[in-house]
Amino acid sequence: MADIAIRVPAAAVRPRRVRAAGRLQITIGLVLVVPIVLVAIFAPLLTPVDPNAIDLAHRLAPPAWSAGGTSSHLLGTDHLGRDMLSRVIYGARVSLVVGGLAVLGAGLIGVTIGLLAGYFRGVFDAIVTMIAEIQQSFPFLALAIVVVAAIGRGVTNIVAVLIIGGWILFARVVRGEAMSISRRQFVDGARALGAGHIRILLRHILPNVRSSIIVITTFNFAWFIITEASLSFLGLGVDPNTPSWGQMLSDSRNYLALAWWYPAFPGIALVALVLGANMLGDGLQDRWDPYLK
Amino acid sequence: MAGYLLRRIPRMIVVIWGALTVIFLLQRLGGDPVALMLPDTSTPEQQAAVRADLGLDKPVLVQYLLFIGRFAHLDFGQSYLQQRPVADIVFERLPATLELAGAAVVIATVGGTLLGSLAARMRRRWPDKLVVTGALIGQSVPTFWLGIVGILVFAVTLQWFPSSGSGGIEHLVLPALTLGAFSLANTTRIARASMIESLSSEYTQTANAKGLRTSRVVGVHALKNSGISILTLTAYMFSTLMGGALVTEVVFAWPGVGRLMVDGVLQRDFPVVQGAVFMVALVVVITYMLLDLAYTFLDPRLRRT
Repeated sequence: MADIAIRVPAAAVRPRRVRAAGRLQITIGLVLVVPIVLVAIFAPLLTPVDPNAIDLAHRLAPPAWSAGGTSSHLLGTDHLGRDMLSRVIYGARVSLVVGGLAVLGAGLIGVTIGLLAGYFRGVFDAIVTMIAEIQQSFPFLALAIVVVAAIGRGVTNIVAVLIIGGWILFARVVRGEAMSISRRQFVDGARALGAGHIRILLRHILPNVRSSIIVITTFNFAWFIITEASLSFLGLGVDPNTPSWGQMLSDSRNYLALAWWYPAFPGIALVALVLGANMLGDGLQDRWDPYLK
Repeated sequence: MAGYLLRRIPRMIVVIWGALTVIFLLQRLGGDPVALMLPDTSTPEQQAAVRADLGLDKPVLVQYLLFIGRFAHLDFGQSYLQQRPVADIVFERLPATLELAGAAVVIATVGGTLLGSLAARMRRRWPDKLVVTGALIGQSVPTFWLGIVGILVFAVTLQWFPSSGSGGIEHLVLPALTLGAFSLANTTRIARASMIESLSSEYTQTANAKGLRTSRVVGVHALKNSGISILTLTAYMFSTLMGGALVTEVVFAWPGVGRLMVDGVLQRDFPVVQGAVFMVALVVVITYMLLDLAYTFLDPRLRRT
């Protein structure tokens, strides 16, 4: 049979202004996210000091440019004299690894479930919809706290918790699109030519929901990073000995009056990464589906 | 209208049942509570006595049904640490959480509607761009960091507001603004999009053609129709907001259910955690019902069904 998968043109008539707006947001998003990813990858080459090296002689040292700062600690130090710059850089690794693994897992599970539910409908679809509705009317952070209380903290458990909370958005959107696409003529055509369910799902439906999947990936990634930081902040996230932004911000609370840089730098890094991912998602959404906004 | 509400009730019950089942399953995952409650020196007989006392010697299904039955009567058991009923502790903390969440909802809904309408009215001019950019940043700032920065600036440096605790209105300002900010950003974006749609519709064009003042067209005709989508979002966001309340309470040492829950986890006082989680679910579900009621006032079509 003909091996052609037809793509539905998402936005054949696209106003010029909208395209330009999307492009600006995508650019800003990439400018924020890409350097953070690179810095995290090359962290050992970039950090001047071991992020866990304690230097009690330089406790709560201010950034190098302010009075009392030392050039050996560019962004100052924390309450144990650990280098702020190194810890912020290593903190990016935790956020990116947790966010990346979680978005991968949630995407795989959510897209699979969404495709199956939207294509086959029936009892499976009803059950999936019900679970999603129950879960969405319940605060995810409360669920995460209870799950972590039961299974303990650590990177693996946090990723698992995030996948439990994040598959729904993938599943819901993919289900809706799979439902409408599977009624399209080219799907009937493929079926008439003898294509099986798996072939239709993978070659005809999946390519047409690809742009939505990418948009949700960026939004979920941003949301996972905030949630991981929130859990670490509450003392329910990754191992406390790993430098993570949430943990650093939690520790900083006792020193707010003494060291403004302590909450400032991990927080700015966190906001930059989340904002970048959100802008990327926004821009891509504008670009592919200007009428969704 | 009564019929409409009646149809929603089964869904609410399913949500509560789902939350309870998850709490029960996680309780089983969390390890042996008897080992946590008794010192290591306890004899097997003592352990068996406590186990029987808690009903842990019964089959799992019986335990599950008893558990559901207890929670349906708001009996959450005894706190391991405080030696008094969890229900008492949770209800003590509930008003503070409701106060905080309520204030944040008002900030988000009123502020978001105003900002969104302004942006829609000024579309593509600088106030619009400012609001849109601000909303995007607002959606990207984690609640707990906003709280820390708020304390740093307004409590530590400027000393306008206290940094922690609850009490008068001055205690509420920082936590409520912190918690409301994320929802405010969301509401602003939805209100803007919805108002742009309403303002370009035929009935607003008619209202304009009749010579009505712009303030009346925007404030009455367009807003009344956008109100439904804004309210839908408020309902959708409320569970997220309650999640944010947990973090906000920890940041500001606010004596609510969220801090109770987090402390309970850190101290391994599981009955308290379960009671607090259940109460959060209950608050969310009841809020949804009240919002459903509000819908019927905004959307007359729902009253007929």
